[in-house]
Amino acid sequence: MANEEKKTPLLDQLEEGRWPSFVKEIKKAAAKNKKAEALLGQLELSYREKKVHWKHGGIVGVKGYGGGVIGRYSDVPEQFPEAAEFHTIRVNQPAGWFYTTEALRKLCDIWEKYGSGLTNFHGSTGDAILLGTDTDKLQPCFDELAEAGFDLGGSGSDLRTPSCCVGPARCEFACIDTLDVCHEITMEFQNELHRPMWPYKFKIKIAGCPNDCVASIARADLSVIGTWRDAIRVNQEEVKAYAEAGFDIQGLVVDKCPKKAVKYNAETREIVIDNESCTRCMHCINEMPKALRVGKEGGATLLIGAKAPIVKSAFMSWVIIPFMELKPPYTELKDFIRTITDWWDENGKTRERIGETIYRLGMPKFLRDTGIKPVPQMVTAPRANPYYFWYPEEVK
Amino acid sequence: MSRTDFGPPHYSTLIPDIIKENYGKWLYHEQIRPGVLKHVSETGAELYTVRVGSPRLASIDFIREICEIADKYSKGHLRFTSRHNIEFLLDDKEMVEPLLEELARRGLPVGGTGHSVSNIVHTQGWVHCHSAATDASGLVKSLMDGLYDYFVENKLPNMVRIAVACCLNMCGAVHCSDIAIVGIHRKPPRIDHERLHKVCEIPSVIQSCPTGAIKPNPKLKSVDVNPDKCMYCGNCYTVCPAMPIADPENDGVAIFVGGKVSNARTAPKFSRLAIPYLPNNPPRWTETVEAVKHLLEVYAENALPGERYGEWIERIGWERFFKLTGLPFTEKHIDDFIFAPTTFRTTTQFNW
Repeated sequence: MANEEKKTPLLDQLEEGRWPSFVKEIKKAAAKNKKAEALLGQLELSYREKKVHWKHGGIVGVKGYGGGVIGRYSDVPEQFPEAAEFHTIRVNQPAGWFYTTEALRKLCDIWEKYGSGLTNFHGSTGDAILLGTDTDKLQPCFDELAEAGFDLGGSGSDLRTPSCCVGPARCEFACIDTLDVCHEITMEFQNELHRPMWPYKFKIKIAGCPNDCVASIARADLSVIGTWRDAIRVNQEEVKAYAEAGFDIQGLVVDKCPKKAVKYNAETREIVIDNESCTRCMHCINEMPKALRVGKEGGATLLIGAKAPIVKSAFMSWVIIPFMELKPPYTELKDFIRTITDWWDENGKTRERIGETIYRLGMPKFLRDTGIKPVPQMVTAPRANPYYFWYPEEVK
Repeated sequence: MSRTDFGPPHYSTLIPDIIKENYGKWLYHEQIRPGVLKHVSETGAELYTVRVGSPRLASIDFIREICEIADKYSKGHLRFTSRHNIEFLLDDKEMVEPLLEELARRGLPVGGTGHSVSNIVHTQGWVHCHSAATDASGLVKSLMDGLYDYFVENKLPNMVRIAVACCLNMCGAVHCSDIAIVGIHRKPPRIDHERLHKVCEIPSVIQSCPTGAIKPNPKLKSVDVNPDKCMYCGNCYTVCPAMPIADPENDGVAIFVGGKVSNARTAPKFSRLAIPYLPNNPPRWTETVEAVKHLLEVYAENALPGERYGEWIERIGWERFFKLTGLPFTEKHIDDFIFAPTTFRTTTQFNW
């Protein structure tokens, strides 16, 4: 064993410390699996040389699908033959990442048979990641996953795997049924998810309220964020209880309201909210969850366009539909997704995210083409330049 | 061929009974202690959540270990969070303490709730990606060892979200986190003219460049890169294997600060450049860990209760941020890309 340890002197240092060690994880898998052992060796080489040892790209998959598997080949296969092929399988996670131990054990048993025994729980988009297998194992592995009820997630220029926050399963802030919307959308667009047909990737994330616990506004081309249209529900008895417990309602809640919509009467120990001025930022509700609740008239704000920097800078999603009711079977949302992706499919360039297509062609054209009505909620301010277009039918 | 297009398992078959019974009926929640939440339903039911840090990159042994724990304490139910932590969902208050003891015995950290540093959202790095300029898992392990106390305790003005991405593709949450570490290159790609026309689609390569630094070279059936226009994003390598850019001596990481995604109080913010370059120093990335610790400490000392990192900087101004942290402000910090003018100071209001 002493001899074994010398093989990975750099990685061994990452077994120390209090945070759970990924090196221990790779070693656990390596003790039983040659592919994981090869990965450990190759990673040590990367640590020594300070560079990746994976070849560029790799196109592999399963029959019937164009996405779901990320091909990967070692660039030092003579040194680590077992890592020569090291493909990743993306498995579509259940909405909200809820599992039974029975379901997880099934996944582990299948992966033990076909792969390295290494995983990511989960990938950033949401999928359960099975890390490292050979090309000839992909189809049998998928066949067995399918038998057990696990379909693949997305990759490539397709609808990527939608994900959502914990929502009404365990959160009193949830304004929409995030899990149900996520599952229904995933099922409705199975074809778009499994068979890439678009200019580039397209992600959907669903958050139950503006706290946005899945970071949809930053990490999804279509961000569905729960909100409400009526008044915040105030329980004055609980407000008093907060005050009696010594909680600084004025300093920590009222003074921090971005629209100065919350007033607190220190004598009566009551809160009054001007709901017309409220922008539903969640701060007061976050601070006093026992006393303040989201409104009853729930729905979602739809925002569009978020992406990472490449190519034209990072974008966050911006408002496109200020309020949409979301009730099963979510026909309005499904139609909306079809409308915008059809437009993008017609107008987008290769490897152009929908946010960049709209940026290049302009929001006015996008709205006109898709029949979406312009409203002030879409902008933080009207344009400051006079460079706008008139259409021939608008002038004499 | 197996059946297709059947999607993920339905969530209703995987959630515990207490959640089925109280779905959409939750009234309020409280943090009992760091890492332990209590949710109370309109029906009076109480759900206890114990949140546990995970390395994200896990063996099936690890997954089976947490299954064993879930069978023992949470009736075979558990979930993962959007920051890759593990949550055990208990309907019995009496099981909370024994579970915490068991987790302590197994060396699994409980925390990540409230005003803490929760798990670090991160990427593949040298473990599985071809375009990484740094490793993710090793950097995250080093950071979380250094910041461990911030995970298990609530000793910050507000939550601090840390993210790591191993290249400018910024998979994950780097562009919108309180503190973000991203792998960067510092030299233009090397062009394999012999191979390029065989393996790359030249128009796509030209279109991939944000600064228009790539021109066709018809003589060689290849492309040329104008080194004065290239800022080493690596996107040409993503679309063209004949343009490798990784460089062990010059690759490293940059640190961005002040991003957030929630809408509470202020609008979501992008993270902005604080430190343009730190070297890759595996296996422990000492300089990076020290820099992040320092950034956290200055924030903890100076921010008002409840202020997120970016809100604190917005209040005091970036000039004071650089003064308080002692970080050098350089030409690298001044934007020179498409939206640059929106970041220039068009007012006489500033501090000396």
